[in-house]
Amino acid sequence: MADLELTGAEIVVSCLRDEGVKHLFGYPGGAVLNIYDEIYKQHDFKHILVRHEQAAVHAADAYSRSTGEVGVAIVTSGPGATNAVTGIATAYMDSIPMVVISGQVPTPAIGQDAFQEVDMVGITRPCVKHNFLVRDVRDLAVTIKKAFYIAASGRPGPVVVDIPKDVTQHRCVYEYPKSVSMRSYNPTSKGHAGQIKKAAQMLLEAKRPMIYTGGGVILGNAAARVTELIRLLGYPTTSTLMGLGGYPSPDPLFLGMLGMHGTIEANMAMQHCDVLLAVGARFDDRVIGNPKHFAKEARRIIHIDVDPSSISKRVRVDIPIVGDVVQVLDEVIRLVQADSVKPDAEALNAWWAQIELWRAQDCLKYDRSASVIKPQFVIEKLYEVTQGDAYVTSDVGQHQMWAAQYYQFDKPRRWINSGGLGTMGFGLPAAMGVQMAHPEAMVACVTGEGSIQMNIQELSTCKEWNLPIKVVLLNNGYLGMVRQWQQFFYEERYAESYMNSLPDFVKLAEAYGHVGITIDKPEDVEPALRDAFGKYKDRLVFLNFLTDPRENVFPMIPAGKGLSEMILL
Amino acid sequence: MRHILSLLMENESGALSRVAGLFSARAYNIESLTVAPTEDATLSRMTIVTRGSTDVIEQITKQLNKLIDVVKVQDLTDGSHIERELMLVKVRATGDQREEMKRLADIFRGRILDVSDKTYTIELTGPGSKLDAFLHAVEPSTILETVRTGASGIGRGDRIMKI
Repeated sequence: MADLELTGAEIVVSCLRDEGVKHLFGYPGGAVLNIYDEIYKQHDFKHILVRHEQAAVHAADAYSRSTGEVGVAIVTSGPGATNAVTGIATAYMDSIPMVVISGQVPTPAIGQDAFQEVDMVGITRPCVKHNFLVRDVRDLAVTIKKAFYIAASGRPGPVVVDIPKDVTQHRCVYEYPKSVSMRSYNPTSKGHAGQIKKAAQMLLEAKRPMIYTGGGVILGNAAARVTELIRLLGYPTTSTLMGLGGYPSPDPLFLGMLGMHGTIEANMAMQHCDVLLAVGARFDDRVIGNPKHFAKEARRIIHIDVDPSSISKRVRVDIPIVGDVVQVLDEVIRLVQADSVKPDAEALNAWWAQIELWRAQDCLKYDRSASVIKPQFVIEKLYEVTQGDAYVTSDVGQHQMWAAQYYQFDKPRRWINSGGLGTMGFGLPAAMGVQMAHPEAMVACVTGEGSIQMNIQELSTCKEWNLPIKVVLLNNGYLGMVRQWQQFFYEERYAESYMNSLPDFVKLAEAYGHVGITIDKPEDVEPALRDAFGKYKDRLVFLNFLTDPRENVFPMIPAGKGLSEMILL
Repeated sequence: MRHILSLLMENESGALSRVAGLFSARAYNIESLTVAPTEDATLSRMTIVTRGSTDVIEQITKQLNKLIDVVKVQDLTDGSHIERELMLVKVRATGDQREEMKRLADIFRGRILDVSDKTYTIELTGPGSKLDAFLHAVEPSTILETVRTGASGIGRGDRIMKI
């Protein structure tokens, strides 16, 4: 048995089986036909045929976001590969562990401008954690093992394995390595003990503390640890868009999301705290706005991150701690518990009193008496009807921000969105990946009429697999976020932000074999959602909510401004 | 500030493009870059001369370390080190200039590698500033062609970069 030689294609499929892959998202084509022939013969994993390669990668990405496992996608060479690039870049920006297998023209044809040839390794280099071109079948198994290892360890990210067609035909003995070690790649997991000790002391000495958590808490499976530390200290906490669900949103210690569309209380507390603990977050432009403005207020910063290059990149920090978030927080918690010093109750009370004044401004209020459907109201009702238990994917724009602000995420890995790259067209394929991973779960795709049309063809994939996704379309007839910026910063010159000639979404959903409902009155919002999750539980329901076309996302920090320079309703 | 970064990296195809791509994607400056395999054929040694503030150099170092193919990064300018660059310069050498050019090459410890009736090709080695000085010392119109390798660097004494 050990001497049995397999073809490269058989090796690819064997590697995926031995890696424990259960779902593979992809699209066949010339360069991967040998691999597809082996996929056809096996029963270890399911292959989900999408309608566009970008969707395969988004689905694999969201599969990973919702499970913590490595997502896997397969595409053919040339256009298959280039179609995958947006998906790969999306995963890269949000540090999602993923392996993308791309076909390549046969080795002798590389560089000859062959049919469907593209330099995939070159094209993806800036948007992958690493990539490989496998030139020899004997390197194939170990390369795939390395790809999974690199994708999932350290700061996770997508890895591309480009396989020429002749390599999938060549034969060699197959053995899947149990582990790999690489002299050039040894991510740090254990934080520096001295730094952790200093951090625990600094936290306990704080008068106006603030805890700021990011996507690293979700990716590092650290939600329980973060929650334990926050409750232990009783400190106010905020989260980035990517970190939502890391700490239960309905809890009073949670001040809401911060950043460009963050709450007053989160942004002001972030600006005015004296000790800031940043966990798995990277101080990006949508979070702190202008770093110079942020630096105006003196504060000491502790930053825990698995990636050293995320530390002191945009903001200088006082105590950098490189390591696995769970391991570091375990140690911080132990030290805080053991310390005889306790948080200064008087200072903390004064700080909370200040925060409550900010919170009292109720910055997420909106007109609840309106006769048109307010988009915020739809999200609130979605939260109620699903009892906060749904997986919510989103596209990019106003609807994404409303979903983040009004759906009270209380568990990690439930909020699935493209935060870094901001990829329109992400939501529906992402919902497919989530629903494949969690067949019994409620999955809602909150989207806009602009975004949904960027991958609407996937309604066909959903039909093939009977995925009972609920598409929650907040249809305001505008590219809403573009319109909002044009209203605020371009004197209401609405250049190309109005989408007339929209399709009849109900008929469109029906054409794909799904249920379509248009809702245009506030009182019909909840019944429609109840039908979607009740009567039509097992169907994909496309809910076309006609919402207020003039509604804007508040608060808003204009680009380049600081955290305390919010525009309010 | 000018910094000289030394890298040990896997001698893999594409490794150079990862480094070059990183510098262009993040808008870092490259003054010169040299690379060649080491005595261990699986490893390449690269020397990059770059400029930037302390913060920028810190980020460059971190980003380089993050590349999977990079085994080790050292900022040579953090300690005492030696840097050398090789230049080949072809100059016009006719009439009186012929003797003058020979003398100048000698002063800079250059070697004349190739002679024709109208030209000399001179080899010069040293820190970049010495090569610059030679070029300034020569009448500009006599310089026909120059080619420089960019700096290679190594730590002094016991300062050794190895895996």
